[in-house]
Amino acid sequence: MMTKKQPILPILLPILSPIVAIVSALLVGAILIAFSGNNPVTAYTVLFNESLTNYYGFGSTLTKTAPLLLAGFGVLVALKAGQFNIGAEGQIYMGGLGSTLVGLYLPGLPAWIHLPLALLGGFLFGGIWGGIPGYLKAVRGVNEVITTLLLNYVALNLVGYLVQQPLIEPGAPSPYSPLLAKTSWLPIILPETQAHAGILVGLIAAIVLWVMLARSPLGYQIAAVGMNPTAARYAGMSVRRTIILVMALAGGLAGLAGASEVLGLRHRLFDQFSPGYGYDAIAIAFLSRGNIAGVVATSLFFGALRSGANVMQRSANVPVTVVYAIQGLTVLFIAISFALERKFKFQGFFKPQM
Amino acid sequence: MDNLNFFTDYLIASLRLAVPLAFAALGGLFSERSGVINIALEGMLLSGAFASAVGAFFTGNVWVGLLLAIVIGGIVGLLHAYLCVSLRVDQLVSGLAINLTAVGLTSFWARILFNSGQAQKLPGIDAIAIPGLKNIPIIGSLFFNQDPLIYLLFLLVPLTTYLIFRTSLGLSLRAVGEYPRAADTAGVSVSLVRYVAVIISGCLASLGGAYLTLVHVNFFVEGMSAGKGFIALAALIFGRWHPVSVALACLLFGATEALQLRIQAFNLNIPYQFLVMLPYIIALLALVGLAGKSTPPAALGNPYIPESRDS
Repeated sequence: MMTKKQPILPILLPILSPIVAIVSALLVGAILIAFSGNNPVTAYTVLFNESLTNYYGFGSTLTKTAPLLLAGFGVLVALKAGQFNIGAEGQIYMGGLGSTLVGLYLPGLPAWIHLPLALLGGFLFGGIWGGIPGYLKAVRGVNEVITTLLLNYVALNLVGYLVQQPLIEPGAPSPYSPLLAKTSWLPIILPETQAHAGILVGLIAAIVLWVMLARSPLGYQIAAVGMNPTAARYAGMSVRRTIILVMALAGGLAGLAGASEVLGLRHRLFDQFSPGYGYDAIAIAFLSRGNIAGVVATSLFFGALRSGANVMQRSANVPVTVVYAIQGLTVLFIAISFALERKFKFQGFFKPQM
Repeated sequence: MDNLNFFTDYLIASLRLAVPLAFAALGGLFSERSGVINIALEGMLLSGAFASAVGAFFTGNVWVGLLLAIVIGGIVGLLHAYLCVSLRVDQLVSGLAINLTAVGLTSFWARILFNSGQAQKLPGIDAIAIPGLKNIPIIGSLFFNQDPLIYLLFLLVPLTTYLIFRTSLGLSLRAVGEYPRAADTAGVSVSLVRYVAVIISGCLASLGGAYLTLVHVNFFVEGMSAGKGFIALAALIFGRWHPVSVALACLLFGATEALQLRIQAFNLNIPYQFLVMLPYIIALLALVGLAGKSTPPAALGNPYIPESRDS
């Protein structure tokens, strides 16, 4: 279908579509801001200046980027194998729980053992929460979309119960756990800000993930199952095993997002500690079209939106909720632009049938 | 007598809490029976809740609020249908995008329109008692002294059952959801049926949202759908895409919610969170086959591509 005139377009398109979608969403956001009686240019300037160029603001952006990044990988890696992980939110909660248990009940360890163990606890709990739908999909053929979605609410309420009853700090005014042992905390990386090493965990995960997907047999199997499960089966791969593994890995990565939030920022387990990072993660993975660097860039953008929004509300008096509208519209526009791309016969990352 | 009153109150509360779920779940039923996954129910509920608040707030008339909810719900349904049917966007992504956008837009406009983020003191929908019948103990206050939307729901469940299983329209709907190629061959327009089903789905879910604002609380709060759309989805699964079972599932989930709220209100030392989880766990068990195997419509989630040979 492609003519010789436009060889550059197919190469540019994967980056172009997300950018067009983001810009369109920002434009609609600008109209909304204007409706609220404010100047969109001022509002956006405040938002992005504060979140990207101001030292403290950038610290806050990194704090919000860390869980988005890890949870974004959790959705992305599942997508690589053709699995739709809507359950990152629940996996974040379970990950936070796993880290909390290690942080609370294994005191007296040196930090260089305690912190990795606490992260591992988060990874494992998240991994179990992702592995369950993986098992149900692989062995019993139950659609993972619905199961991961339903498990989100189970995890959310399980954590809600635990911090209100068995794990509650005695005498606490609202439900939260006692403070975790300091040896399990992620260190602060930008002095005098809240920015913690969770972002480094995310970047290390990015590298490990890239190597795994591009260079390891498991990565090859994941890609094969994602492209064509039937062919993968004929090639002698265990499709079931791959699906269970990839879902557990996905849950583990999202679990690390919860771990980073608990060990790096809050140092306690709170009821409803995630402000919907798991749902943003789906948008992030989708926007980045299966590209790991894309997840890093998109997470930073979403993190900046979240961190700059509060300042924008305070100094420009624009409701912070405009940011949620922009995020939703970004997903909407990216979905439309992918569909349009397909209409013009360019092969997107997502095939029409799952 | 006090115990009886408490019991009657509990039943009434269960029924009222089941109403938004049932509207949304019946909406979901139309959409999913036609083969279009609808996780956008959550966003549709929220849009309806918001639209009805706007209508009732600026006109002081609940019926304008209801009408606006139906219109806005229909528009959201149209959007979902356009994305899923015409553009063949992944149905989950479309639903997710609609949910995220609905949260953002409704809370943004709520802050602009209602200043404090919630519409204070909206007019409510009053109950209409049916003379004579309302005096029957328990049953009277449960079934014959309710608001018009509950009566509408009582009609809607048998009507939907009849429509889906006893009319040619219903046959087309089911055919499109189970085996679109056959439906297409038989001259049924797959796209048209899916469009109509998803738009109906938006209108109904939106009515459920309007019930939240106009009957439950009489104001709008940001994110007030609070996962009810997903509970409706769970009811749809547990009720195996059949209107009567789905309505009963909603009633069960309404009853657990009413119980949970009472435990919290009386400060009883019972972990109510497990009751909140119950709908989701029941739906999971139903999917796995431990609570009666629940099988979705065969073409659920698959876009129909007329020129291709598979599906």
